[in-house]
Amino acid sequence: MDRDSVAPAFKLEVEPTGSGDVRVRICGRADREAAAALLADMTSIIKNHNPHELWLDLSQASLDDFGVFVLFEIRKRMRAMDGSMVVSSASNSVHGLLDRMHFDTSADSRPLRERKREPWMTRLGEASLKVLHTTNHTVSFVGSVVLCFLEVARRPGALRRGDTLVQMEKTGADALPIVGLISFLLGLIMAFMSSVQLEQFGANIYVASLVSLAMASELGPIMTAIVVAGRSGSAYAAEIGAMRISEEIDALYTMGFNPTLFLAVPRVIACAVVVPLLTIFSVMFAISGGLVLGVLMLDLTPASYMAQTIKSLTLFEVFWGISKSIVFAVLIAVVGCLRGFQVRGGASAVGNAATSAVVSSIFLIILFDSIFAIVRTYWT
Amino acid sequence: MKSRAGTPVIEVEQLTASYGEDTILRDISFSVHEGEIFVILGESGSGKSTLMKYMVGLLVPRSGRVRIDGEELSSPSREVPEEVRRKIGILFQSAALIGSMTVGENVALPLAAYSGLPGNVVTNLVNWKLELVGLQGYADHLPSEISGGMKKRAGLARALALNPKILFLDEPSAGLDPVTAAEIDELILQINHSLGTTMVIVTHELDSIYRVADRVIMLDRATQNIIAEGDPRQLKKESGNETVRRFFNREPRTEAPTLIPRHRPAASS
Repeated sequence: MDRDSVAPAFKLEVEPTGSGDVRVRICGRADREAAAALLADMTSIIKNHNPHELWLDLSQASLDDFGVFVLFEIRKRMRAMDGSMVVSSASNSVHGLLDRMHFDTSADSRPLRERKREPWMTRLGEASLKVLHTTNHTVSFVGSVVLCFLEVARRPGALRRGDTLVQMEKTGADALPIVGLISFLLGLIMAFMSSVQLEQFGANIYVASLVSLAMASELGPIMTAIVVAGRSGSAYAAEIGAMRISEEIDALYTMGFNPTLFLAVPRVIACAVVVPLLTIFSVMFAISGGLVLGVLMLDLTPASYMAQTIKSLTLFEVFWGISKSIVFAVLIAVVGCLRGFQVRGGASAVGNAATSAVVSSIFLIILFDSIFAIVRTYWT
Repeated sequence: MKSRAGTPVIEVEQLTASYGEDTILRDISFSVHEGEIFVILGESGSGKSTLMKYMVGLLVPRSGRVRIDGEELSSPSREVPEEVRRKIGILFQSAALIGSMTVGENVALPLAAYSGLPGNVVTNLVNWKLELVGLQGYADHLPSEISGGMKKRAGLARALALNPKILFLDEPSAGLDPVTAAEIDELILQINHSLGTTMVIVTHELDSIYRVADRVIMLDRATQNIIAEGDPRQLKKESGNETVRRFFNREPRTEAPTLIPRHRPAASS
């Protein structure tokens, strides 16, 4: 039912008196559905007649709380124009309502969410304390993960094997299709882009070296880690965060479980096992992508492409890539779980934790990749 | 006592309710009259909350009809019309306040969207609605900063925001202390008297049933149907049905199973 299409619920009888006052009789319902229209009509009456005093006759009106607040608003506008508004001949029930809503005594209320802005020193101090607190939490969480690993090393029975296997499936096996697809296309693109240059020198065969070397030591670990951070890092944060706000973690704690050992350790182990495997798959898919392009566009034979790939890949490169991916995996899992445990509040905090888990993991992946590059430069 | 001969505002006809694959209520019919406090009760798992979800159109029945003010609620081909949705207010079991908004903003949400009034009038209305439920001064608190009873009150203020004709309350006093629960009951009665709001309450708190209910229906899991209807005070005394009498008199189904062996003190001699 559209408000405009129905007959108005009320009628206004306007009667200007000689002395610049206006008497308005409201006949009918001044309730929720009519409130907006009533306010608009009254505003235009005030504008047209510009009365000094407004007399409202409510003898034939039935009001609800919406109607009363429209009267509040009209009175406020009259007062703003140095005028006044007088209510007359209200029925007993309307009088009762006006009394209950403190019509005569009420001042205008303040706006919602009026939060005071603290001075900048206070805000700076609060922000610093928050950073300190977060750092403290981060360090103690990393510490508790390390302690839990020592505990598992001492007493392997403490590890939740079933959970670890489930997490391996979720993080590893389920991610294989997307990792494979992205790597295959990446290999294809890399081969294509490099062939444009290498073809000018008749060096097509080096496309194979480029794809395999770049993937094995740099792009494979990074691409895989970024996909896993987006898929699983966020999931860890969201799952643990939701458990946190529904008091499941408190429940675990009171039952005598160590939440870190129960939730974080299986995820860290699962991640550290499957991400290197995913990285190996990623490199293989990229090489096959390069192979497809080499055979179809560069007139290489599959055998010569593979021979060149094997010739250029050293065992060191492969192990270098794999050890990087183990470090990335631990970063992703620890950051994801940490963000989950940091959740306080409600549903939006869970969303923030998932976002922050992905952003922090990707930042740390790139940071640690740079560290690896520097180490390698000065080591060899 | 209010007259019970009011016009029916909610009519449920031959409704079959299911929860997932399981049918939990079969072919039930009843109606709720204008201005009455109508309580749906039954033991846990008898489908009280599910029935309420059908009555507000959140679930679409496979067979049967629900009408509010003569207008049919959702059928498989059609959503609940908006003007019907504005006639009803719902207090969810968990209050379902939006966690990222303050209490005041939660109440302002339907007001700002549907009343067409300017901001300061909406603010006045929000403060008034909060005062109505005894939460004046809490407009700036986040839902996570207030207690369970206050959340229920805030949820009630939001449900009341648009002066709905019918108010649905899902376990309004569950999980609250007896004092707060009694306060919520009084609030329900007060709203019913002053605004004439029709109320449909799902609960199994006996005290609050005796206090507020004009009429109850009782659902039963075994027969998947309504096994009692009427004034709870009379049902307690006069019902011929075993299950109904047990419910109103708080008696266990059978003698409690002795899972824990009783400790027998050794003979002292």
